[in-house]
Amino acid sequence: MVSTVHSAPILEMRDIRKTFFSVKALTGVELTAWSGEIHALMGENGAGKSTLMKILSGAYRADPGGEIRIAGKPVTIDDPLSAKRLGIAVIYQELSLSPNLTVAENIHLGRELSKSGFIDRATMERDSSPVLERLGADFGPKTLVSDLSIAERQLVEIARAVHANARILVMDEPTTALSSRETDRLFSLVRQLKAEGMAIIYISHRMNEVYELADRVSVLRDGGYVGTLTRDELSAERLVKMMVGRDISGFYKKAQGEHHKTGALMLEVKDFSDGRRVKNVSLTVRAGEVVALAGLVGSGRTELARLVFGADKRLTGELWLEGQRVELHSPQAALSTGVAYLTEDRKAQGLFLDMSVHDNINLAVFGRDASRGGVLDLASAARRATAAIDVLKIRVAGPHVEVGTLSGGNQQKVLLSRLLETAPRVLLLDEPTRGVDIGAKSEIYRLIDELAARGVAILVISSELPEVVGISDRVVVMRDGIVAGELDGSAQQPITQESIMELATGARITTAA
Amino acid sequence: MIQKAETSPATSPQKGPGSRVRFQSIVRTVGMAPILILLCLLFEVLSIVNAAGSWGEAINQVMNGHFWDVVISGRFASGQNLSIVAQQAAVNMVLAAGMTFVILTGGIDLSVGSILAASAMVALIVSNVADLWWLAIPTAVIFGLVFGMANGALVAYLRLPPFIVTLGALTAVRGVARLIGDDKTVFNADLQFAIIGNGAVYGVPWLVIIAFAVILASWFVLRRTVLGVHIYAVGGNEDAARLSGIKVPLVLLFVYGASGALAGLGAVMQAARLYAANGLQLGQSYELDAIAAVILGGTSFVGGIGSIWGTLIGALIIAVLSNGLVLIGISDIWQFIIKGLVIIGAVALDRYRLSSSART
Ligand SMILES: Nc1ncnc2c1ncn2[C@@H]1O[C@H](COP(=O)(O)OP(=O)(O)OP(=O)(O)O)[C@@H](O)[C@H]1O
Ligand SMILES: [Mg+2]
Repeated sequence: MVSTVHSAPILEMRDIRKTFFSVKALTGVELTAWSGEIHALMGENGAGKSTLMKILSGAYRADPGGEIRIAGKPVTIDDPLSAKRLGIAVIYQELSLSPNLTVAENIHLGRELSKSGFIDRATMERDSSPVLERLGADFGPKTLVSDLSIAERQLVEIARAVHANARILVMDEPTTALSSRETDRLFSLVRQLKAEGMAIIYISHRMNEVYELADRVSVLRDGGYVGTLTRDELSAERLVKMMVGRDISGFYKKAQGEHHKTGALMLEVKDFSDGRRVKNVSLTVRAGEVVALAGLVGSGRTELARLVFGADKRLTGELWLEGQRVELHSPQAALSTGVAYLTEDRKAQGLFLDMSVHDNINLAVFGRDASRGGVLDLASAARRATAAIDVLKIRVAGPHVEVGTLSGGNQQKVLLSRLLETAPRVLLLDEPTRGVDIGAKSEIYRLIDELAARGVAILVISSELPEVVGISDRVVVMRDGIVAGELDGSAQQPITQESIMELATGARITTAA
Repeated sequence: MIQKAETSPATSPQKGPGSRVRFQSIVRTVGMAPILILLCLLFEVLSIVNAAGSWGEAINQVMNGHFWDVVISGRFASGQNLSIVAQQAAVNMVLAAGMTFVILTGGIDLSVGSILAASAMVALIVSNVADLWWLAIPTAVIFGLVFGMANGALVAYLRLPPFIVTLGALTAVRGVARLIGDDKTVFNADLQFAIIGNGAVYGVPWLVIIAFAVILASWFVLRRTVLGVHIYAVGGNEDAARLSGIKVPLVLLFVYGASGALAGLGAVMQAARLYAANGLQLGQSYELDAIAAVILGGTSFVGGIGSIWGTLIGALIIAVLSNGLVLIGISDIWQFIIKGLVIIGAVALDRYRLSSSART
């Protein structure tokens, strides 16, 4: 459809296979992309999307037999450098910038300019500027990357791709860490690149993003190629059916407007401040209640949750649990009091990538299960691991596989299992569905509901507005470190995406209690 | 309201016995064992050639039907020499076991050689006190423990870099060792626990028994206790460890304490062998052999990956190298050069072998 300009598609991948030991990650996948096309790649967690893109970028080598053509010419991609030379740029979900270097240095990384052996910063900065300007960046080439937000870092990665004259840009779940405003900006940027003739391969689990952006959608399932839909063939039912092999009606959804039966006050946060990002925040969560903590990225939600969990030191404030004042000085104290926190940054702060799924799931409860003297209870650990893999449907060959080899969504499930094993009374979930597919999302929502039904007090931080609206009994919205307002779902304070955004951006001041 | 969503991955491709995964982990634990065996074979052959006088002579004798005579003429694989190798490896094994704990957390302990010297001085001095000689062993071990805990406290609570802390301790504790004995050698010709250094049970030297007991105990701690999992976790991802409720400072205190206490035990073993200790000379650069053993054993320098069995093999490789090179008459200078190159080469080989299981 977009093919009128060129005779051959810019990218053709055919019969791509990849086996890791006994794991067949890809079993003959194909993908065709045209210049000036946004091509979405969808599929469940572990379907093989990231693996396919890592083959394209030279991070992995495909098993022999398949074929890759760029602009009609067969090519071999042995390493990241040869991919770069062919005009392929990939933005992984875990951004790959060096935070200690400047924007200009990162844009030139691996292709530094030098003058008689010395690095030529001035020229590097000068030729970075136009690219940054064209992409609408409001920071200069001399800025240190460590001073940039995640959205801005992403922009640097895109600038790097544009600067290298990339013809094919792969984005692997680029919006999971962005606020909705930043997402909008990213989208207009992606459209701009498309108009300039780039082929963009866009991986996402979010249906609405795919609707908004994609010209065509290819779907993978269990490492195999299912098919490709054009824009006018798109429908949610059809996509889901292609992804999971069944139709969507089975997915769990809390009935709109239905509330959990809530009990006594469980968690009371009074006047919390940390002197930086959190300013005199108070909020409550009842037993069996699901409260969403909404707000823009950077509004202090994660910081607040970490204060409650004892991971950071607070300056002022009192914490009350079930009507009793408590002091949680460390995560260890919090966990043994029944307060658990799911971090938003699973790779850096959550998982032990070199350890097994089994160890990761049991890590917070090894001590509890152990006999006196600290000898491991291997039987109960094995039981917990097997049960957790079963309940959350974690796709893994066995409990002793290293977590680092799992797909992103399955890693998230492992981390979630670890928390649940501690049987918490208060659950602080920071972006609990980040990177998980729609099926797993509905599983996690169901789990949240079941926990609430059992009387657990749940505070969910989420930047996905449909998610906030869908699962919460009440919404607390933060803005710039303060509580901007509360929505209890009543007729006066309905929980809608619009009302949340108004509070989050400060477009309206409410008289919330 | 709850509808069950059936998201069972119908044709999950990765369901399988995971036998390849297990194979991979076996390869990882076996690691350097083939190199150890290769080295042993090499030295045996070379010592046979040495005994025969030349390669030609050795081959000649085999041709003439004296096969077995030739084989048993090799001095390397003789029971007596192997026992010497094991004894040479013993002290390093004990130090390397402690070093394994430390390196698994992503740290390093450069002070074990100095602690060994100081503890050995203490052991000998106490053994010379008429009624209190029986306190010599516990005092030496506790002495080492205290220095190790001091390292640990600085690393855990003041958040100082382990390299710097233990580099300082390397120098300072060496000074303490000299101070204790007034910078003189301390002797005890009737050392009460000399049997540790020179005796044997059913032909197995006590030194070897102690070393293997330490290795076994370390294995148990690392693989069968909560503490062990926590050590791996702290080395693998310290932030995540803290957020999972692990008391990171206590874990660090333990590993440095254990390393110090094992250096104290090593001191007892060394003193028992020598009937003497000298604060200046004893234990010089022992920390390097211990670190080399751990790294040869495949333990990652950044922490989180490794095993005590690897360390055992690593310590044996170092002992076999030292012993074998002497046996075949290589000069002292070349021994250093060869040892260093073998360590680098072996680790390079290991990295190359494991790089096939690369991950992003
Ligand atoms: N280095 C590796 N070693 C072993 N198995 C791997 C490795 N990398 C990926 N796999 C396996 O390959 C399969 C596909 O993984 P991949 O990361 O491509 O999934 P994905 O489609 O990107 O999923 P997600 O949406 O969760 O990110 C998974 O079963 C995963 O466990
Ligand atoms: Mg992925």
